[in-house]
Amino acid sequence: MTADLVPDAPSNAVAVEIDKVYKSFGRLPVLRGVSMTVREGEVACLIGPSGSGKSTLLRCVNHLEKVDAGRISVHDRLVGYHHKNDRLYEMHDRDVARQRRTIGMVFQRFNLFPHMTALENIIEAPIQVLGKSKGVAIAEAREHLEQVGLSDKAGNYPTQLSGGQQQRVAIARALAMQPALMLFDEPTSALDPELVGDVLAVMRQLAESGMTMIVVTHEMGFARDVGDTVAFMDGGIIVEHGDARQVIAEPQHARTQAFLAKVR
Amino acid sequence: MTDNNPTAGADDALAAAIGPAPIRAVRVRRPGRWISAIILLLFVAMFAHMLVTNKNFGWDLVRQWLFWHTIIQAIWVTLELTVYAMVIGIVGGVLLAVMRLSSNPVSATAAWLYTWFFRGTPVLVQLLFWNNIAALVGQQVGFGVPFGPQFFHLDTNSTITAFTAAVLALGLNEAAYMSEIVRAGILSVDEGQSEAAASLGMRRSKIMRRIVLPQAMRVIIPPTGNEVISMLKTSSLASVIGVVELTDASESAIHLYFKAIPFYVVASLWYLFFTTVLSIGQYYIERHYARGSTRNLPPTPFQKLLRANLLFRTRRSRAAEIRETLR
Repeated sequence: MTADLVPDAPSNAVAVEIDKVYKSFGRLPVLRGVSMTVREGEVACLIGPSGSGKSTLLRCVNHLEKVDAGRISVHDRLVGYHHKNDRLYEMHDRDVARQRRTIGMVFQRFNLFPHMTALENIIEAPIQVLGKSKGVAIAEAREHLEQVGLSDKAGNYPTQLSGGQQQRVAIARALAMQPALMLFDEPTSALDPELVGDVLAVMRQLAESGMTMIVVTHEMGFARDVGDTVAFMDGGIIVEHGDARQVIAEPQHARTQAFLAKVR
Repeated sequence: MTDNNPTAGADDALAAAIGPAPIRAVRVRRPGRWISAIILLLFVAMFAHMLVTNKNFGWDLVRQWLFWHTIIQAIWVTLELTVYAMVIGIVGGVLLAVMRLSSNPVSATAAWLYTWFFRGTPVLVQLLFWNNIAALVGQQVGFGVPFGPQFFHLDTNSTITAFTAAVLALGLNEAAYMSEIVRAGILSVDEGQSEAAASLGMRRSKIMRRIVLPQAMRVIIPPTGNEVISMLKTSSLASVIGVVELTDASESAIHLYFKAIPFYVVASLWYLFFTTVLSIGQYYIERHYARGSTRNLPPTPFQKLLRANLLFRTRRSRAAEIRETLR
């Protein structure tokens, strides 16, 4: 099923192009020249020790962080800048917001809106951003809730849901914007072990439906089984990048080997 | 087991039906509470005794003047002052807080300057300033292009009456304080909320209105309730510039009837009444904005009373019923 979506297949267009990206927080360099290509339908997993820059790289893709140098494009559109007559123009807030509509993001700490029920969380952006009618938004939201297996939780507030349920609502909320790309920032790291499986199952199902995904994760099993490619990051650079099964089963680089030996 | 303890079966059946019997244990003795309660009661009794026996309170006069039409009219003025000033204060405060936190340096500086000025001068002085505004800007104020042509003129004295001066002074001063309260509320909302909303394509103004402010309300409401109560009483300052509100009306009545204390009692009783009403209102507003922050909303005092009574009764009657059937 994912075999026909292998990243190197020339039939698949480039979805995300990351080109020599640098980023520092103050004097601390976090990304030091990262380049990476993600193709349509590809599930790209970012692994590596904490502080290696995986999350920052992910956050640069939807411009939650500004890069210091380099370019990122999503679907051939530069992120955060207009390119006109060989010059870069900073994007206006409203254009950045427009660009983010097609890029869904799922956070480690869910970030559901606590003052809204599960259903209200999901319909908020379709109504407020896409201008959908409430009736249409609710009907679609119910489909997305069913997709993540939470049809019966529509009326619950986030505090009335378990972590795993909250994260699945968060996924449904992102899907409600019908994104062409989904970013996952350690989606299972804040979950109790017995709840991880439900969230991963939803992500696997999403991957099988052909969604382009970039997943920062510590779940090596998921990266191996669902990922098409794996990039191992350390110290702000991509140390090793290739076919998921190959990188995880037979890492070539010493640092990758050391990391995988620890997390296994 | 049930053979040598015939009541065990009954207890188990009871537990299965209505839950286990609560633990019966001797409570920890707290003599300090009793002693302090007695001392407090003593003070309350002394105060009550003084209220009743001290003829200077003039309770018959208080009863007579409490609902006097002049006083009732003045109460309306006090309430109007409070409401108008707080509306200006809250709307202005939210605007100032959003400006202060915006990435736009011009609006951030403007908001800071405003707060600096209006917090830095006494509200009584601001009140007198507004009342004498004609002396500052002249009898006629024109509106139009700065340093250019003017489109219309306003007569200062007829536009800024004592009442409007009071509303403006109290409201604009309040906005400075409210802006700090709102700012604290906005800052209390987790950054992740704005990020999640931004990742869904929402724009900054919308994120503020739909996501951040509703959550900030939980932090904003309690001190705002405090401000409303405070404003109700601060509005008495308007008596200085001749607005006939509750304090001013009481003061006038004193000059008319040469009885001070009864009228102060009348005014105090009314202030107390309205602050009590406001406190109750605040409780319910807080409860509304607690939605989603706790699993179950705490019951209102009334619900508590009702529930305790019901639970007690049902438990007892159910227990009696089951014992009866087991017998």
